[in-house]
Amino acid sequence: MAFDYDKYIRPGKLPHIWCPGCGHGIVMKGLIRAIDAVGLDKKNTAIVSGIGCASRLPGYIDCCTLHTAHGRAAAFATGVKMAKPEMDVILVGGDGDGTAIGGNHFIHACRRNINMTYIIMNNKIYGMTGGQFSPATPTGAKASTTPYGNPDPAFDIAKLAIGAGATFVARGTAYHANQIDKLIAEAIQHKGFSVVEILDDCPTTYGRRNKFRSVIEMMNVLKDIAVPVKAAEKMSPEQLQGKILTGVLYKEEKPEYTTEYAKVIERAKAAK
Amino acid sequence: MEKKLPTIEIIEKYCKGCHICVEFCPTKVLEMQGFVAAVKNLEACIKCMQCELRCPDFAIKVTP
Ligand SMILES: Cc1ncc(C[n+]2csc(CCOP(=O)(O)OP(=O)(O)O)c2C)c(N)n1
Ligand code: SF4
Ligand code: SF4
Ligand code: SF4
Repeated sequence: MAFDYDKYIRPGKLPHIWCPGCGHGIVMKGLIRAIDAVGLDKKNTAIVSGIGCASRLPGYIDCCTLHTAHGRAAAFATGVKMAKPEMDVILVGGDGDGTAIGGNHFIHACRRNINMTYIIMNNKIYGMTGGQFSPATPTGAKASTTPYGNPDPAFDIAKLAIGAGATFVARGTAYHANQIDKLIAEAIQHKGFSVVEILDDCPTTYGRRNKFRSVIEMMNVLKDIAVPVKAAEKMSPEQLQGKILTGVLYKEEKPEYTTEYAKVIERAKAAK
Repeated sequence: MEKKLPTIEIIEKYCKGCHICVEFCPTKVLEMQGFVAAVKNLEACIKCMQCELRCPDFAIKVTP
């Protein structure tokens, strides 16, 4: 059977606003399949975002949704999770939202290991505002703010998440659509802060400036650079040159924040 | 025995003409007709579902 997305899409919301070929729609479909596979209850699931094209995602999904300020998804989501720890909380947004203006919230959510899932759609650019460079823009790439090539090195978002303390970190791509739901489902089921970076494409503001003739070329790059972690184990450093690992990159069990906070509340009560 | 053909539905009002389904179909079942995707050769479909999975616009449904 074709998957029934209509069960999770708010009536009358399609077609969505994203450009032709924008990978955000592919990621949204993966998220919906993951929600369905894990069996989350729509009334008990909060999807929280900041601002950007990617951050428009919650508006389409028939769950509890919160569209907040630029970069602040993690802060608002933390509030939701602390007030209602029984809720499943999923954050979504772009690389700009999450690692530039929201970078501080991002690393501290990782550090706290609060039981939420963060999906970062990394299209390496600020799509919504016309293509300014982000901390994920590769060195040398062109953005509206780096017309002569970007001098900055890019963040490796997955490594940043691992370094900051996230206890589940995975990476997929918009090309590998059938993997997206599986990674997100595993992230949702992990107890702790989970980060799923999806390498995405923005044909409109990144593709054109960087000499991709079509979205198909951008998809082919995603197809070619992705190497599953298992396959990478058998490859030499030379073979891995220019490649990027996909799959579950890191997983660890550690004390979770809402559980630890409940203990603080108990201790405070006992101290009275 | 005759093999059962899938049903491929393309919702034209959702299709944005990105070509993704057409380019990445392993057996070239689909084609662009003007700005929207269309079924050209249903018999060749191997029901891999990749077109449905990759369409960013919820515009293609394959019922195997
Ligand atoms: C406080 C604040 N600063 C700047 C902006 C302008 N702004 C809106 S979206 C955006 C960047 C979005 O990029 P990203 O998060 O990568 O998402 P994309 O649009 O690429 O999906 C910026 C800078 C804003 N809305 N609010
Ligand atoms: S501008 Fe880029 S990120 Fe925004 S909808 Fe268009 S393709 Fe997607
Ligand atoms: S299901 Fe697979 S073979 Fe059939 S049209 Fe779609 S991509 Fe092509
Ligand atoms: S992938 Fe979807 S939106 Fe793109 S051409 Fe095919 S049916 Fe249309």
